[in-house]
Amino acid sequence: MDKAKSTVDKKGTTSGLFRVNNGPSQRSYNGHINGCVGALASASSSGGNQYETNTRHMHRGDNVECNGSPAKKSRLRRRTESTRRHRPPFPWFGMDIGGTLVKLVYFEPVDITAEEEQEEVENLKSIRRYLTSNVAYGKTGVRDVHLELRNLTMCGRTGNLHFIRFPTQAMPLFIHMGREKNFSSLHTTLCATGGGAYKFEDDFRALANLELLKLDELDCLIRGLLFMDRVGFNGHPECYYFHNPSDTQSCVKQQCTLDNPFPMLLVNIGSGVSILAVYSEDDYKRVTGTSLGGGTFLGLCCLLTGCETFEEALEMASKGDSTNVDKLVKDIYGGDYERFGLQGSAVASSFGHMMGKEKRDTISKEDLARATLVTITNNIGSIARMCAVNEKIERVVFVGNFLRINTVSTKLLAYAMDFWSKGQLRALFLEHEGYFGAVGALMELLKTTEDP
Amino acid sequence: MAECSQADSGDASRHHTMDKSIILPPDEIFRNLENAKRFAIDIGGSLTKLAYYSTVQHKVAKVRSFDHSAKEAAGDKLYEISVQEEVTARLHFIKFENAYIETCLDFIKDHLVNTDTKVIKATGGGAHKFKELLERKLRLKVDKEDEMTCLIKGCNFVLRNIPHEAFVYAKHADSEFRFQTTQPDIFPYLLVNIGSGVSIVKVESEDKFERIGGSSIGGGTFWGLGALLTKTKRFDELLQLASKGQHTSVDMLVKDIYGGSYGSLGLTGDLIASSFGKSATADKEFSKEDMAKSLLHMISNDIGQLACLYAKLHQLSRVYFGGFFIRGHPVTMHTITYSINFFTKAMLTSSPKTDVHIAVVSHIYNETFLCVQGEVQALFLRHEGYLGAIGAFLKGAEEDNPNQYSWGENYAGSSGLMSISPEMNPMQRARSGTFDMLEMDRLERQLVNLHLLQDPSSYIPDTVDLTEDAPAREYWLDCFEEALDGVVKRAVASQPDMAESVERAEKFRHKYRHKLQTLRHQPFAYGSLTVRSLLDTREHCLNEFNFPDPYSKIKQKENDSALKYYQKAVRSLEELSWEQRQFALVRGVLAGNVFDWGAKAVSDVLDSDPEFGFEEAKRQLEERPWLVDSYDQWLQRLKGRPHKCALFFVDNSGVDIILGVMPFVRELLSRGTEVVLASNSGPALNDVTNGELQILTERIAAMDPVIQAGLKDDRLTLIQSGSSSPCLDLSRLDKVLAMVVRERHTDLVIIEGMGRAIHTNYYATLSCESLKMAVIKNSWLADRLGGKLFSVVFKYEVPAGGAHANAV
Repeated sequence: MDKAKSTVDKKGTTSGLFRVNNGPSQRSYNGHINGCVGALASASSSGGNQYETNTRHMHRGDNVECNGSPAKKSRLRRRTESTRRHRPPFPWFGMDIGGTLVKLVYFEPVDITAEEEQEEVENLKSIRRYLTSNVAYGKTGVRDVHLELRNLTMCGRTGNLHFIRFPTQAMPLFIHMGREKNFSSLHTTLCATGGGAYKFEDDFRALANLELLKLDELDCLIRGLLFMDRVGFNGHPECYYFHNPSDTQSCVKQQCTLDNPFPMLLVNIGSGVSILAVYSEDDYKRVTGTSLGGGTFLGLCCLLTGCETFEEALEMASKGDSTNVDKLVKDIYGGDYERFGLQGSAVASSFGHMMGKEKRDTISKEDLARATLVTITNNIGSIARMCAVNEKIERVVFVGNFLRINTVSTKLLAYAMDFWSKGQLRALFLEHEGYFGAVGALMELLKTTEDP
Repeated sequence: MAECSQADSGDASRHHTMDKSIILPPDEIFRNLENAKRFAIDIGGSLTKLAYYSTVQHKVAKVRSFDHSAKEAAGDKLYEISVQEEVTARLHFIKFENAYIETCLDFIKDHLVNTDTKVIKATGGGAHKFKELLERKLRLKVDKEDEMTCLIKGCNFVLRNIPHEAFVYAKHADSEFRFQTTQPDIFPYLLVNIGSGVSIVKVESEDKFERIGGSSIGGGTFWGLGALLTKTKRFDELLQLASKGQHTSVDMLVKDIYGGSYGSLGLTGDLIASSFGKSATADKEFSKEDMAKSLLHMISNDIGQLACLYAKLHQLSRVYFGGFFIRGHPVTMHTITYSINFFTKAMLTSSPKTDVHIAVVSHIYNETFLCVQGEVQALFLRHEGYLGAIGAFLKGAEEDNPNQYSWGENYAGSSGLMSISPEMNPMQRARSGTFDMLEMDRLERQLVNLHLLQDPSSYIPDTVDLTEDAPAREYWLDCFEEALDGVVKRAVASQPDMAESVERAEKFRHKYRHKLQTLRHQPFAYGSLTVRSLLDTREHCLNEFNFPDPYSKIKQKENDSALKYYQKAVRSLEELSWEQRQFALVRGVLAGNVFDWGAKAVSDVLDSDPEFGFEEAKRQLEERPWLVDSYDQWLQRLKGRPHKCALFFVDNSGVDIILGVMPFVRELLSRGTEVVLASNSGPALNDVTNGELQILTERIAAMDPVIQAGLKDDRLTLIQSGSSSPCLDLSRLDKVLAMVVRERHTDLVIIEGMGRAIHTNYYATLSCESLKMAVIKNSWLADRLGGKLFSVVFKYEVPAGGAHANAV
């Protein structure tokens, strides 16, 4: 325990010094180049060139500085010179507005001096109190208390990092609240990433008098992820994997750190899926994406079972049996398909049993939910595995809110990576699944004000 | 997964009993059952494909020289024409709905006369289900074959034997189907079979293939999930729903997340970010059509993406798609094509920036670049539905060595693409039994590429693709339809002693007219529509009704009379100076070529004025400069060293071959050039056949010591071309011919006549010198080429690098 604690302290200190070393020029460049999550083809082609999203991101100029230990030294030196003077005013937010969910991280300073307390304006105080004393906001906002990072040092300040989410549908309400609370008077910069940063930019400006600093979602994702891995999770590693993934009996969750994370294949499963090959903090490319993601799971589940929420859908799925819905190899061949080395238990056709009317009429909602989950998960696993092989990367990191409270999928992905690669590939997961983009956005805030 | 038993079983069995009473027309559907053997069957989820091998007795016209002693008695006649029965092998493939299986089996049992067949090879998911029925009805032992093995075997077979088998589908192009030329080497390729699941198979050679991957999201997912979402039972109906829907109300697009498109930066808002992403957030109802459409996109995109990933990993660019999800459905061919185009380009541009310079450099070598980078094309097959049946059949017919022969699609007996496409005629498909057929004839000769083709993989025999050229298509279809009366008349006239010939000729008329009508609506039915395919279809239909050689008597008469002028013609040529003679020889070939019953303008004149003479033809010829005129270069070349060996593809009988070609050949021989005369193996119009040419040449040799010496010294060789068409496909030539041409170091190829040098091969580039000579005997075509009737094409070409490059 002590040992773990010291690790955190050490890491915490480092993280407090942490700043990202790419200038504004890259920001604008990347902000445009990177696309949305999981962008895929639409067959109603309108021509045009949709293929630019795959450009590999090379940050020129400051690239060298960011790699290896010289960069760290540099960061250290520059921090001591400038953090205090250029620290941004509170409140510190980072926001990631996705297709389905808005992810918000909020840094609550716990080292506020009496002097600061007095200077603090009333609505800043009320924001802090509102966010930290509640675990639910309105009908749909939730604070993931179990994910909170305590006594974290960022930019020279110590505080707690809170993780809040609400549906993107509630964005108008959120903007309205910003207007009610007169957020614009705080003169803070609202750093936002995700597609919604673009979609809602005008609304923020027009309705709440707030100017967003729009950030590229993939930049933020990687930056946030690497940061979170470095600071750890309140004394534990952020990262985990499954030991014995191919054996349901002895399969156990095992914590680990991404000591030497590169290269890694980063699979971000939000509403859709983006797959990135990451070679260093600033050097990555979007390999591909698929439109079959978390949004597809929930969308199909809603249509098939009448459920309304992700939690409900997962709950049903946990009770269901997909083999009543899917046609397995053994359903067709009576056993293994030996000519091609396919196990009888492998899924031959997702939803294949549903071609028959009788089975359609008697199938349970739980089975349908489970089959949907298994279909989507296996497909992501299959594409990720192919990308890993094509890119020659052995470490596959799965993130995104699709994996929240979703052990069915995490275990299935771990199994699929291990089984189909004959043990060559390892699936890794992170505790803060979907929050890395928001964390990355917050880090940008802490960086921006340094260089006036 | 391969296609497997996925039928809505309740549905199928209902039809089963209902359709028992159907009456099958025996001379149209299960033909030649009397001699049928080696049955094979592929029973899929909804369609059954039956295959068998039959021997077809049909009449062939044979020519036989009168023997010397009987010569006097034979009078003027040069040779004897006899119609003989000949037995050839044919493969029959019939596709019908599973509902008719029992009726069909009964029918087969009743008509199967003489067979020692003991087993039936069976494949497909339904083989298991119908095993008992098969054994009971046919009293044959069911021998089950692995589905994928059959599929691959069948695929190899059609790719090798059927020209224009594969096509690219482009929904919005002038012609939706872009047929691919047959590749000299079909391997390696990727076969993506989309049955209820997806199997991705890499095929490296005839016997070497491997399932490298697959996906459970396939046709069964579309069907099963689609049925759940839309309460629509049938697969075809689901596709129809999808074709009417709007996926944007169900899918979450980039613009739904980002608020707009980023067109200037290459990221359009219309890309799907999350399939069904909108159905999770709204309480509203979604239309069946929209959900079906969204599902179709989701599955097609997913399969396309996986196919591209596998193609990239294994560095393959030829990817064929098959399975019931694809089978003739324009909707799925379109979405799969779209997906492949999207992902293959996405992968090409996903290279790291550090590799940009490679792309720039490679831009200069564009083709190499694409090849190296592996741009994937989605390819579909005309006979995709038959692959399993063909493969199962081949497994059972191994002792007949079917792969040792070349086979040809019989246009008369085959239904053509989309004959039962639900989109073309949904009611027909739903209500009645439609039978689709493919027949393939075993060719007497094995066919191979001419090694002198500059680039065999890009060689396209046909000059105009009528599938793409609508005005030309109109013209030629009209032209063939108008000529039909004359053809029928001549067919009847060729068999004056046979009473039922009128009836048969009418059947021929009916069949060919029907083909022409089909081609008007579906020009893509047999691959690219060309003048050649129209001519070949006519020949196939004539053969079908036992008119093997309607021109035999005309040819005989013309040959007879032309022979009488041979010596005179040669003498007058010998009186000319060398230079005058060269020109006169060329003019002779051209004038001879005016005698052509295949060309409408000429057959009219010939019909009305049989005295139309050689001299008259010369007067009709266009004066120099000709429409295409490289005579000066040719003459210049003749002043140089003689050619080693000339390959001469001849055209018509009569004046053309005897007074035009033979003197020209004689001159070549005199120059010291060996000559290979290539003529048709079987009859086509008034084209001289190899059999006829043998006799003619003997007779000429008797009059002409030059020809005689040529034959004797083996410097003049007559070889059949392997073709029975008035046109010429240099990628399908008789193997013996190809071998001789290679052995003799042929350095000059002469192609004569409209069919061989204009309708086909006009743009063919050879690796040796070539001479294409023809008179345009069709005013429409002349007009198109910027000339007039009887304009002359004299196209002498020397390959880049010079005439000497291939001298050795």
